[in-house]
Amino acid sequence: MAVLELSLLRYVKLFSKDLALINDDTMLHFFGKRIEVNNEEDSAAENQENDRGVDKERKRAKPRTRRGHGRGRARHGGEEDGDDEDGTRRAGQRRQRNRRGRGRAGNEGSDSEGDPTKARKNQANQKSKEDDEQEEDEKGGKSGKGKNEKKQDKKVDKKGKKEKANKKKKDKKKSGSGSGSDSEEEPITEEELAKLKEEVEEKKKLIATLRNKPWKMKKKLSVLKYEAQLFVEKFEGALGKGKGKKFYAYKVMMTKKWMKFQRDFENFKTACIPWEMKIKEIESHFGSSVASYFIFLRWMYGINMILFGLTFGLVMIPEALMGKPYGSLPRKTVPRAEEATAMNFATLWDFSGFAQYSVLFYGYYNNQRTIGWLKFRMPLSYFLVGVGTIGYSFMIVIRTMARNANEEGGGDDTSFNFSWKMFTSWDYLIGNPETADNKFASITTSFKEAIVEEQESRKEENIHLTRFLRVLANFLALCTLAGSGYLIFFVVRRSQKFALEGLENYGWWERNEVNMVMSLLGMFCPTLFDVISSLENYHPRIALRWQLGRIFALFLGNLYTFIIALMDEINLKLEEEKIVKYNMTIWEASLYNGTIPENSTAPPIQVDPADVPRGPCWETMVGQEFVRLTVSDTMTTYITILIGDFLRAVFVRFFNYCWCWDLEYGFPSYSEFDISGNVLGLIFNQGMIWMGSFYAPCLPAINVFRLHTSMYLQCWAVMCCNVPQERVFKASRSNNFYMAMLLFILFLSTLPAVYTIVSIPPSFDCGPFSGKTRMFEVISETLEHDFPSWFGKVFGYASNPGLILPFILLMVLSIYYLNATSKSYKEANLELKKKLQSMRQKKKEIVK
Amino acid sequence: MGNKQTIFTPEQLDAYQDNPFRQRIAEVFSESGDGNMTLDDFLDMFSVLSEMAPRDLKAYYAFKIYDFNNDDYICKSDLEKTVNKLTRNELTPEEVSLACEKVIYEADLDNDGKLSLEDFQHMIIRAPDFLSTFHIRI
Repeated sequence: MAVLELSLLRYVKLFSKDLALINDDTMLHFFGKRIEVNNEEDSAAENQENDRGVDKERKRAKPRTRRGHGRGRARHGGEEDGDDEDGTRRAGQRRQRNRRGRGRAGNEGSDSEGDPTKARKNQANQKSKEDDEQEEDEKGGKSGKGKNEKKQDKKVDKKGKKEKANKKKKDKKKSGSGSGSDSEEEPITEEELAKLKEEVEEKKKLIATLRNKPWKMKKKLSVLKYEAQLFVEKFEGALGKGKGKKFYAYKVMMTKKWMKFQRDFENFKTACIPWEMKIKEIESHFGSSVASYFIFLRWMYGINMILFGLTFGLVMIPEALMGKPYGSLPRKTVPRAEEATAMNFATLWDFSGFAQYSVLFYGYYNNQRTIGWLKFRMPLSYFLVGVGTIGYSFMIVIRTMARNANEEGGGDDTSFNFSWKMFTSWDYLIGNPETADNKFASITTSFKEAIVEEQESRKEENIHLTRFLRVLANFLALCTLAGSGYLIFFVVRRSQKFALEGLENYGWWERNEVNMVMSLLGMFCPTLFDVISSLENYHPRIALRWQLGRIFALFLGNLYTFIIALMDEINLKLEEEKIVKYNMTIWEASLYNGTIPENSTAPPIQVDPADVPRGPCWETMVGQEFVRLTVSDTMTTYITILIGDFLRAVFVRFFNYCWCWDLEYGFPSYSEFDISGNVLGLIFNQGMIWMGSFYAPCLPAINVFRLHTSMYLQCWAVMCCNVPQERVFKASRSNNFYMAMLLFILFLSTLPAVYTIVSIPPSFDCGPFSGKTRMFEVISETLEHDFPSWFGKVFGYASNPGLILPFILLMVLSIYYLNATSKSYKEANLELKKKLQSMRQKKKEIVK
Repeated sequence: MGNKQTIFTPEQLDAYQDNPFRQRIAEVFSESGDGNMTLDDFLDMFSVLSEMAPRDLKAYYAFKIYDFNNDDYICKSDLEKTVNKLTRNELTPEEVSLACEKVIYEADLDNDGKLSLEDFQHMIIRAPDFLSTFHIRI
């Protein structure tokens, strides 16, 4: 057995947890034969037990380095010789005493650590040679071998090592050299046992701290061997329990396997996070602020998946599977007049025709109380899913905000910011060139961000001038917003007037006035706000927030016009309903024209559903508007990216050679990623979804598709066509600002939906609530039919204002109380932080 | 055997060597100080960089790695070299010197303008990701 391989194995087993997974099979693989490599202690033990004679001689030959040993041996020299000659049962006992003596000597020996390294090296080499002989001797297949081999499979950790070592020693004692086996059964007195234990503890401590010392490996190993030998000797004397050994081995193996499984599972969980590598790449090159947009996008994708699951699984699928099929009812059929164009692509793209008369929209659903053999309550499900999507969204937004607030409150220790960036940012685990590239980029970006922060904090401010400028800027922004608000209001008024007078009288501009004005405002006002914000001289992160806030206010105007337009159309349709109802009675009468008198019941005449005159369906119309808006929004975004970013980058790159000025540095140059525009686009889009998903169950599905493609397209576009900003700044750790805007939009979107549910009567000819006076009546209907009668009574009592008002009062009081406690906690937190800070300062000064 | 390439050109080898401190690591752990390691040195290196090595031990060796001129102090020039290696020379000289000044301001406790082992250890012990980044998994 080569010395090199053996030492290698021993060294790595000792000091590397992972490598200790080397077991018999590994050794078989590497060395082509089974090796009985036990722990240091084991081989040392065997050494001691079986080859002591050899040891002694060699050690005596080197009295300088093994002073302790030599002394010890000299002391008990006479005894030992006697023992060897004896070879009787009492040899074991005497051996114990010897060992104890040597142990004491060993203690002195351990003090002599100042010995020259060379001597230790020799010693180590010697030991390994002895061990070699040892191994070969033992290959004779002693009885205890089986148990030994089993133990070799275990992980060599500190605790385990000691315990195992103990047990092994005891085991070896039992199974070891024949001469020793009998004598070890002799009982040892309590004091001796206690003393032994003490010394063992000392040895353990020494071995435990050995790792921490910054010595060379050789030194450590020789010391370890030395200590280990003595340690083993110590333990040879004590009797131990052999029971529980197998179970212990099994337990250790299971622990090892469990830890490996846990690590693999963590890796798997991290690998499951979608788009993680893409976002990390973007973060490395563009900074955390741009990456925060993509993280926000991913989070939205998750929410939309859940919403999609709800609407698809609980509304669309039951209707598709169990509801009456297409063509069986008038509301489920394309009217005769539209049949010709129903399948055209243009019609489908506009979401009319077949798309309109399908599960995608509100109008398709029948108002039967239960459908199918499962007695699925379709109207109830529709209503509850609508309310549930809003409720779920509220819950998750607030939960995320709360969680982010927690993280922020935790606070980070910024006292060593730059030092940590410099010394702990490089990850030594990286072995892949692309990852390394990303890491370099990310380190650079992180340094730049920190430098920006530092520069900002060092900026000297002329307070008065800055304040004046900021007030001026805010005033200008307010003017712009007020102006655009009035403009929108005016334009909407005009368009309503036009609509009343009939749109045919006016040209293209008048017809599309509202849209055009909105688009123009959306194009120019953000740039104007950008210019204004340069007056303010804020930290880039704060400037971004102001920008976002102002554009948000601007887009609210957009929302306002949209809602107004919708309300107008709804009112129109409601008017139409009355007319249509009247017409339908006439038409029915004409069917029975002259055949049967009015009052008698008659078999209903079979009329093809396509021919029945249809009542107007304002809900489907609303749903269609939202879907059209979402689709056109998506198209606009994609085309803007392709033209505005991609074509521009291509132009700049390839025409730069034949252009008068430097395109890359002057105008137009490569575009930067517009964080505020994109974030707001995402938030408003989600607002549309929330508003419209009650009337068009297909909307979450469309949005999921849109977000999915948007993620890939934008990731590609950012990496390919954009350049990082001049001043890369660190995004705030939480996304709470985005969340706050999202919450606001969510609240705003619930208002129209709730209003329509509560105050507008549903259409009489379409949807799951047709025939009722109000949509929420479905709840009372369910309570009547499906719940036991006492439930209805209880509900009746519960909805009594006398109960509701105190409940509301209670909630208000608890909100106030919780707010007060949270404020006091925050203050306490701040105080503690300050204290920590001042203590650290004091420490610094003391050291100085 | 098979299609696996076993002889690498220097350019290809370069692609595998991403660690900016690879030269320093070799120098620190080699007994002769020139970058050549014996088996013991090699094992020493893996032992220090493994998961199980205690924080103090890692801090000691990290200090040696970042001390480019081996004078037992991390002075400003050492810091500048470190930053440049970390960012592949992408920062402007002003930014580099600002970063180095900040580091010395933050970590230097005895006010001598450079970091001694105690300063370094005091600072690195508190770092949350030191153990996880200064680590090689075999």
